[in-house]
Amino acid sequence: MTWQGWAEIALTLALAIGLAWPLGWVIAQALEGKPVAGLRSLAPLERGILKGLGPETETEQGWLAYTASLLVFNGLGFLLLFLILIGQGVLPLNPLKLAGLSPDLAFNTAISFVTNTNWQAYSGETALTNLTQMTGLTVQNFMSGATGIVVVGVLARAFRAHRGEALGNFWRDLVRVSLYVLLPLSIVMAIALILQGVPQTLVQRLDLTTLEGAKQTLTLGPIASQEAIKQIGTNGGGFFNANSAHPFENPSPLTNLIAMVAMNALAFGCVIAFGRMAGAKREAAALVVAMGVLLSVAAGLIYVAETSPTPALVHSGLAHAVNLEGKEVRFGTAASAVFAAMTTGASCGATNALMESFTPLGGGVSLFLIQLGEILPGGVGSGLYGIVVMALLAVFVSGLMVGRTPEYLGKKVEAREIKFAMLAVLILPLAILGFTAVAAVLPMALKGLSASGPHGLTEILYAYSSGAGNNGSAFAGLNANTPWWNLTLGIDMMLGRFGYLIPVIALAGAVVQKPRLAQSAGTLRSDTPLFVGLLLGVILILGGLQFFPALALGPLVEHFQMLNALR
Amino acid sequence: MLRHFRPAITALIAFTLLLGLIYPLAITALAAGLAPNGAKGSLVATARGPVGSALIGQNFVRPEYLHPRPSAAGDGYDPTQSGGANLGPLDPKLETRIAASVKALGVAGASVPVDAVTASASGLDPDISPEFARLQIDRIAKARNAAPRAVASLVESHVRGRFLGVIGEPRVNVLETNLALDQRFGPMPR
Repeated sequence: MTWQGWAEIALTLALAIGLAWPLGWVIAQALEGKPVAGLRSLAPLERGILKGLGPETETEQGWLAYTASLLVFNGLGFLLLFLILIGQGVLPLNPLKLAGLSPDLAFNTAISFVTNTNWQAYSGETALTNLTQMTGLTVQNFMSGATGIVVVGVLARAFRAHRGEALGNFWRDLVRVSLYVLLPLSIVMAIALILQGVPQTLVQRLDLTTLEGAKQTLTLGPIASQEAIKQIGTNGGGFFNANSAHPFENPSPLTNLIAMVAMNALAFGCVIAFGRMAGAKREAAALVVAMGVLLSVAAGLIYVAETSPTPALVHSGLAHAVNLEGKEVRFGTAASAVFAAMTTGASCGATNALMESFTPLGGGVSLFLIQLGEILPGGVGSGLYGIVVMALLAVFVSGLMVGRTPEYLGKKVEAREIKFAMLAVLILPLAILGFTAVAAVLPMALKGLSASGPHGLTEILYAYSSGAGNNGSAFAGLNANTPWWNLTLGIDMMLGRFGYLIPVIALAGAVVQKPRLAQSAGTLRSDTPLFVGLLLGVILILGGLQFFPALALGPLVEHFQMLNALR
Repeated sequence: MLRHFRPAITALIAFTLLLGLIYPLAITALAAGLAPNGAKGSLVATARGPVGSALIGQNFVRPEYLHPRPSAAGDGYDPTQSGGANLGPLDPKLETRIAASVKALGVAGASVPVDAVTASASGLDPDISPEFARLQIDRIAKARNAAPRAVASLVESHVRGRFLGVIGEPRVNVLETNLALDQRFGPMPR
């Protein structure tokens, strides 16, 4: 560990959290239909698109209509992406004559990008054309991110209403978030990346002869434009197989810093936007503090774990070494550790180092961050609705302790709300542990593993956690491009996304109808350190109860195996 | 249900045009003006054409050049197969590989910089640590019949520090340094 490493981790987290306030303002303005400074010239485009979308955009939707719009849009998005993936062989911009993907791989990949997971069972540089990367993946990177962010508006409108019905309009929210939040930020970031050396070209291959006379084939493409939205939309699907470790995606320590801040700041910003819209700025700040505390602790733990040598190094005499296997020299252990915490804390899933080669504790902490429900700070939008669900459970638990009907942001939290919240929360253990249990005994699934014993179990557990958590990072030793893994992970991702999102919108539909109560002396305040502590307790206890037994058999056993090997 | 389909289809078409074609193509046009070489892959040009990308590592094996880290991308530094070794921390294959790498370096493990025996995540790491570069100075000087001090000062001039003093790690770009070695001491006969 070095002081520079700690300083880099602290600076990165501070930037990501600090930017939440200005970004939160932008998101709130967009969702409220108010002008965003500097972007007024986009108004005609917004009006044009909304006009083309038709009269449905002028309605005020209740929770059922909102959900229906969202599901139809995502369903058709899946269909279009699936068709592009299997049909890319006959589409233009295919100089390498790449074939379409197999149906199971196309199914997995299309779900993966529509659900904001970006699990990659394919290798970008050999499997996809530039047209697929642009019109298929890049578009869904925007759309799945926007689908998450619109729910911020839904929840905020639910909490601020007094015996209301309407939760907004999906189409207006989608168009405004895409135009005023995601597109401008992506343009700015793409330009920053280009200035740092990230390629942006339509050339796909370049052959050259090295100084030693050897041949090398460079792989290129429109990388910067996709990289920008990949981080900003917490998508995480790399242009290349090596993702953010690839020097063309992430060439320098500065681009790495930008990538890290980009994949967390907007998710934190969604919380602030919720606070602005729901008239609960202090309560939103408390949520950001809770997220930030856990994320920072996790980043520190991973850094400590990765700066210790593994047995393979110690046995060869490198007792002084850090665990640099699967890490890039320009990033080192600090920037790899904080990247791992931020990509698993957010449901991003971009990686700048190999999770597979992390120490058992470094990889285990990352895995646990995914399993906590991706709320530290979670994906864009999904982090906000995840943490609000946790906050509702926290006030509910405290209400039980003191024997009062719990309230959150002026709304009574009763049986119906808690049922929807639990329905959402329970989808993760159901999908993750259910699929892991089956895969752990199924020869067809086990064939994909690259390791046996606890590390092999962690590969399975990580894959299904990553899928259901809509993260997308992997213990990449797992060969996941087989029909079993493609299909089950596809279902896993769908459950984790829509099995969580639909109960949350239904929850908003319940909350919106309630009267908004004034705060009384008996109300548990939700903007205090006490509440933050309570919330952290609920998050950790809930996550621990659900996943500790599985983690004990995977990363924990492996950790003790490692200590044994070091003796 | 049907009333949701018209806006869904129209929105998909509009956004595929705007975000899938106009956005990336406009950025491509912009990049060609802002960073003409970077947009094309940061090619390192010489009199006989480009010899690589400054951002992508290469598999140097001759004694007069700096050698890179072990690579698991294809047969080593193959950009069409980016990726790492994906070996778990307790995988016996990792232990065997590291032991072999240490032996090949011919120095005691205690003085081996860790990047010299570990594979990167991308398999295309263009950099090595300054310590690993310094470890190779004597071999390069001998192969080039040059003064070790001259080689050392050239290597040191290629050490890049942390951004703002804390961001990232100090490093030496292998291709750029090797090109500078050829320019300073002359290319070796083949």
